[in-house]
Amino acid sequence: MTFFSTTRKLLQQNIREYGMYIALFVIMIIFTITTEGTFLSSRNIVNLVNQTGYIAVLAIGMTLVIIIRHIDLSVGFLAGFLGAIAAIAMADPKVVAAGMNLPVYIVIPMTLVLGILAGLITAFLVAQMKIPSFVASLAGWLIYRGAILVVTESTGTIIIDDDAFNAIGNGFIPDIPDIGILPGVHKLTLLLGLVAIIIMIFSEINDRRKKLSYDFEVLPMSLFVLKLVFSSAIIGSITWILAGYQGLSWTAVVMLVVTLIYHFMMSQTVLGRHIYAVGGNPDAAELSGISVKRLIYVVFGSMGMLSALSGILFASRLQSATTTAGNLFELDAIAAAYVGGVSAAGGVGKVLGSIIGALVMTSLTSGMNLMGIGISYQYLVRGAVLAAAVIFDVATRNIGK
Amino acid sequence: MNSSILEMRNISKEFPGVKALDNVSFTVAKGEIHCLVGENGAGKSTLMKVLSGVYPHGSYNGDILFNGEVQQFRHISDSERVGIAIIYQELALVPEMTVYENIFLGHEIKRNNIVDWNETIKQAGEMLKKVNLDINPAVKVKELGIGKQQLVEIAKALSKDVKLLILDEPTSSLNEKDSENLLQLLRDLKSHGVTSIMISHKLKEVIAIADSITVLRDGKTICTLSAQAGEISEGVLIKNMVGREINNIYPPRKHVPTQDVILEVKNWNARNPATGRDILKDVNIRVNRGEIVGLAGLIGSGRTEFALSIFGNPGKYQIHGDLYLDGSQRSFNHPEEAIRSGLSYVSEDRKGNGLILIQDVKQNISLANLKELTKSLVVDSNAEIMVANKYKTDLNIKTPTIEQKVSNLSGGNQQKVCLGKWLFVKPNILILDEPTRGIDVGAKYEIYTIMRDLVQQGMSIIMISSELPEILGMSDRIYIVASGRIAGELQAQEATQEKIMQLATN
Repeated sequence: MTFFSTTRKLLQQNIREYGMYIALFVIMIIFTITTEGTFLSSRNIVNLVNQTGYIAVLAIGMTLVIIIRHIDLSVGFLAGFLGAIAAIAMADPKVVAAGMNLPVYIVIPMTLVLGILAGLITAFLVAQMKIPSFVASLAGWLIYRGAILVVTESTGTIIIDDDAFNAIGNGFIPDIPDIGILPGVHKLTLLLGLVAIIIMIFSEINDRRKKLSYDFEVLPMSLFVLKLVFSSAIIGSITWILAGYQGLSWTAVVMLVVTLIYHFMMSQTVLGRHIYAVGGNPDAAELSGISVKRLIYVVFGSMGMLSALSGILFASRLQSATTTAGNLFELDAIAAAYVGGVSAAGGVGKVLGSIIGALVMTSLTSGMNLMGIGISYQYLVRGAVLAAAVIFDVATRNIGK
Repeated sequence: MNSSILEMRNISKEFPGVKALDNVSFTVAKGEIHCLVGENGAGKSTLMKVLSGVYPHGSYNGDILFNGEVQQFRHISDSERVGIAIIYQELALVPEMTVYENIFLGHEIKRNNIVDWNETIKQAGEMLKKVNLDINPAVKVKELGIGKQQLVEIAKALSKDVKLLILDEPTSSLNEKDSENLLQLLRDLKSHGVTSIMISHKLKEVIAIADSITVLRDGKTICTLSAQAGEISEGVLIKNMVGREINNIYPPRKHVPTQDVILEVKNWNARNPATGRDILKDVNIRVNRGEIVGLAGLIGSGRTEFALSIFGNPGKYQIHGDLYLDGSQRSFNHPEEAIRSGLSYVSEDRKGNGLILIQDVKQNISLANLKELTKSLVVDSNAEIMVANKYKTDLNIKTPTIEQKVSNLSGGNQQKVCLGKWLFVKPNILILDEPTRGIDVGAKYEIYTIMRDLVQQGMSIIMISSELPEILGMSDRIYIVASGRIAGELQAQEATQEKIMQLATN
């Protein structure tokens, strides 16, 4: 098989997967041209990532929820509510006055645990009481919306003055001491990028060697090298852009860690395989010895935890908890998941796809803002992109395998 | 024949790979009760679907004459318009609606385009009187028992001025009293000039009520018998139903099963808490090591329910009874526990709950035993490929690669994927539910051969099958299940199709 026919075959088989990456790439090119390069500036890209963070973590959780054929509408206001709880625990004037305020390293785990509990409550309604998740989580949507208002009623917006907490949404990783080379560039970020490239190359080579030892089919050498070069170039250029401003933001670090953990879980572990199986055919999964109920708890629990994380990211970014925090986050997260190729019929979807989906949606907002396009047209465009993504998904469903 | 209301001439209907009806001719005289009998899959329901327009004109060959006129039904509404009404086993009522709404659903009584509810209620009352049902037409259907619901269905048919009433297994889910009522109603309707066709497995009922009986077998009309001429008896019916030749398509037995009991189920009762119906009653079954035990019986007799009730009970039935595995008493609360104790269940419905169609061959095969492929949290995808390739070779699964989605495979190969999945669990007891349904002869033979090999290696197999030749050809011992009970036990040597059918239809 020639180089080109193999490439074409790979493209055809994976068009669904590559579609999102290509879409993101095209959108970025278009905005870079229309904004005369501003879009791709270091500063804007860093902002873009920080804006995507709190939606991206929700989109990851939502991906799992949609894969097992459910939905969770409560996550937006749950995020807002838990952000407010975190703010109160750290910085509410009355709490501070009473000397009851908690340090950040207690508040964050506590908020995450509360998130898990909230998710388990939804799971209980869905798994035990057999209430459709749409209704159960709609009830949660109303309850958490009310709950935000209740806890912020006396104070209104709660200002958070904890530097460590606020750094999560606004800060950057520290740099290594100046050693005289590359002035004005964030050297630790570059170093991390380099390490990432090296790890990526080694694991790919290792994987290939293992496959060959089993006598399995692998990419031809030429394509394999091209793939490595291409992936390295992408990681390299992103790192270079980020390093040109203030380096890797803490939000980006959080996003990367969550993405890696969930990607690993969904693609490599038994738990991930069981989640896909339950989404693909719950009856067959149950008969195969998988407890569908238990997985509902796991998936909604994880969704609750990520909602808490989203709330922390958002509160930290605003350096405050507001009465409207979390408004419409759930719909942005659902849209990101669908744009990222998650199937509404269940059983299909990837964590990386949803991250790309979230980046696509934020890029649209960011790019159109830079171009000075009004908010009304932004909604029209984003709606059209969502529809187009789903149409593409349905149209390519039966291509390939 | 001017006294016939219905004449179906030379009807043939093919599904991909199967000839469901082969030149069937069927005539019903005006004002009679005509019963249609035959084994599972003989073509009775298909014939009725052709008649009612579920399979539209053009999708079959042959002619339908109703009241002497050639009919070309394209849809159920076409056959309803000329006065044919069909009542299926699964009732087509809306449970949340009232009786009167249901009776006139689809042909509402209107005045000036507005539904006239008063007239509807009045007429519904009259229809209920005709079927001897004394209930308030304003109650919701879901509050009625199954027997009364059936009568409401008939009332609905009568409201459409039915000439020919078709009932598909009307008494299969009724108790004796309700069944007797229903049969009496059919006789009443007959005296009012309504012709009925009844499909039934219960031969005693059939004999009690029929004016004539047509026997179908393998998509062909075998005979039509008349009560008046005294041609009907149970023996004659059974002989005609099962009189199929057994071709020598079964691989020979290679060994004699052992006598050590691996599975024993005692006084096993199951009740469906949702409907309150008893599904299994006092079932006693024993399986020896290296044995193929056949579970014969009619569709709906409770065989699948029995298999699931011992396989971790996913239907959450209320169960009373004892289950012994290798001599020690066990109870399983989830399929996972049953699997861990060495049971496997290959479903009769591979698309519904056997396979994950959107996933590939490899993922389906590994699903029930991913644990074995997992090292420190990670599923070893290379080992998974090895396993999938092993079963692809062992079971001769015809697929270009193991990365093929199972939805793209043929029925026989899908079945082999199911089998591979459950063999990878390495069970001691393999339950096969209709293992060869809907697959071609070649693949059937391969599956039979695999079964023989497995029992020779010491595995035990419980095979549920509605195909009598398969039961006779493969089983070492046969239990016959009827209405949730064990109606009999036969050794392979003494079993015949007639004996099994006799027990299954009692």
